[in-house]
Amino acid sequence: MNSETLNTLDTYSKNKYKYGFVTDIDNEKPKKGLNEDTIKFISFKKNEPDWMLEWRLKAFSKWKRMKEPKWANLNFPEIDYQDIYYYSAPKGFEKKPKDLSEVDPKLIETYNKLGIPLEEQKVLAGVAVDVVFDSVSVATTYKGELEKLGIIFCSIGEAIQKHPDLIKKYLGSVIPAGDHSFSALNSAVFTDGSFVYIPEGVKCPMELSTYFRINAENTGQFERTLIIADKGSYVSYLEGCTAPKRDDNQLHAANVELIALEDAEIKYSTVQNWYPGDEDGKGGIYNFVTKRGLCAGKNSKISWTQVETGSAITWKYPSCILKGDNSIGEFYSVAITNNFQQADTGTKMTHIGKNTKSKIISKGISLGKSQNTYRGEVSFLRKADKARNYTQCDSLLVGNKCGAHTVPYIDSKNNTAVIEHEASTSKINEDQLYYCRQRGLSHEEAVSLIVNGFCKQVLQELPMEFAVEAQKLVSISLEGSVG
Amino acid sequence: MFLEIKDLSVKIENKNILNGLNLNINKGEVHAIMGPNGCGKSTLANVLAGKEDYEILNGKINFKDNDLFDLNIEERAQEGMFLAFQYPVEIPGVNITPFLHSAINSKRKRMNEEEIDNLSFAKLLKSKASDLDINIDMLKRSVNTGFSGGEKKRYEILQMSILNPDLAILDETDSGLDIDALKIVTEGVNRLKTKNNSFLIITHYQKLLDYIKPDHVHVMVNGSIVKSGGSEIAAEIEKDGFQKFQ
Repeated sequence: MNSETLNTLDTYSKNKYKYGFVTDIDNEKPKKGLNEDTIKFISFKKNEPDWMLEWRLKAFSKWKRMKEPKWANLNFPEIDYQDIYYYSAPKGFEKKPKDLSEVDPKLIETYNKLGIPLEEQKVLAGVAVDVVFDSVSVATTYKGELEKLGIIFCSIGEAIQKHPDLIKKYLGSVIPAGDHSFSALNSAVFTDGSFVYIPEGVKCPMELSTYFRINAENTGQFERTLIIADKGSYVSYLEGCTAPKRDDNQLHAANVELIALEDAEIKYSTVQNWYPGDEDGKGGIYNFVTKRGLCAGKNSKISWTQVETGSAITWKYPSCILKGDNSIGEFYSVAITNNFQQADTGTKMTHIGKNTKSKIISKGISLGKSQNTYRGEVSFLRKADKARNYTQCDSLLVGNKCGAHTVPYIDSKNNTAVIEHEASTSKINEDQLYYCRQRGLSHEEAVSLIVNGFCKQVLQELPMEFAVEAQKLVSISLEGSVG
Repeated sequence: MFLEIKDLSVKIENKNILNGLNLNINKGEVHAIMGPNGCGKSTLANVLAGKEDYEILNGKINFKDNDLFDLNIEERAQEGMFLAFQYPVEIPGVNITPFLHSAINSKRKRMNEEEIDNLSFAKLLKSKASDLDINIDMLKRSVNTGFSGGEKKRYEILQMSILNPDLAILDETDSGLDIDALKIVTEGVNRLKTKNNSFLIITHYQKLLDYIKPDHVHVMVNGSIVKSGGSEIAAEIEKDGFQKFQ
């Protein structure tokens, strides 16, 4: 052994010591609460290399010094970070239902309305199933096909093991760990998520979806997704599922980073339908998501489409940093809030390069006693010559106990920038309802038809099969809210 | 009796609009109601259709052996009542095909009839549209959105011919139509007429009645019918106006 190897070994063992790994940690049950041991436990469980653990611990030390962002129009009790499990294993550990008869009948009703096959219902409801039936074979077939094209599509954990160079280069490059407290938290404790790499010039031939990833069921509360589209490539990625997911975790803080290099395009579609809480506002997921895309190269394009119907609280602003000249950022959003749900969602478009373009179409629908806020920031930096933005945000109120708010920020440091902003707020039109009902449609059908029409501009951006499901979902989200 | 309106009085926002109105319509009959602006013609149409802004003070309406006030808007529609609106409302983002398809099926469901499938419905829509000189491109647009006044009226008649109602109420369908459009619309109505359905045509002018021959003409003033008779009344009004009835 030469001295260099010795040195490395030495450092290695010292590091080991430094982070206090002991073998019996394996047998320890994960404990509630957030501290260095929790993070070490996660990293150890995932068999991560040291650099990853260090990365996590750095993020954690940042988090300790940060406070939650409080500028959103949201009301919720203080989150007790020490009262949360940070490793996904205890999720449904003892509570996992044995079969569908143990699952909330309301959930099953919704699955049936969405036309979801029985076996899939089991997976979604978290019923213990030994084999994930068809989707496993489907996934394997797809995986083979993708590999032939050089596309990497795996869990983030697997990518950390197998593609450390890409991870080291890109993870946290768009959302730095210290960006804000939820991104720091996610960076410290993320346990799962997807990794996608599309090689130069490759057009991904199918919609990639977490649904087709074998370990998709275990997407944890701190998801981390990283998508890299190399030069001239294209990918369309679908997140989530239209069916409501059973979940015992209350706090969700996901991070999604997209990087589009020269001439590359990423289309990212989400349907978020986490548990929204009951009619009285009890329970429900707190969803604090950071999604950011970097149009790094010339002529690149990133397009976000989201349909947000679930969660008690939604805090989410999928953004685009338009760095490459001529790059394009798009944001299409439907956010529906009912009962006591609160959503503060929108986007951020940062124009850095020349001739960059962005387009924002936001449709907010509030029902019941919910509050729905669009918050958007469009900024043009000094070098963003001839950059353009078009923003349209429309709010629809159903009933008179809900609220709709629009908070647009515009900041331009370049006087060649062109900005257009249109906004409207309206109540659901009684004449439209009367018209539909006079043709024989029920009140509920009429509301759903009108709301679907209101959202059409956004829904049509979704991939075909997703769009059909999303329409059904919109209808279901409106149920029981009229009368 | 097919439709029987007895002593109907209605108010809206503290204003009496209909005052003890009586009207009987039998199966297979075409009735026309004429009257000056503000006499309550459109209110009558909306009360029949079930619009909820009105307060019924007195009276009864019987429709096909139902107490009409027991049925809500959509139930009346499903029972075969159709209102061609004076000002059809725009519904952005809603395409006519799924809209009318759901409408026809909700009616069929109530009548315990089999639902019509996508393909048969598309064929039906196409053939009825071509009867009314409505081109396919117009069917791809959102309901009434960006339509001209004449297009909206033709669109109402298209919906009427697809839903094939037992009682069709046409609320000033002739207003805003040029003579060609008026011909197309009235031909559409005449094609639909059988001995099993009835029409209630509300109009301000006699012109429409040159194309649709009513069996009965009623003059409405201040919320009640002051004179009934045959088509000679329409000619009278054309000549002398409503003045002498007031």
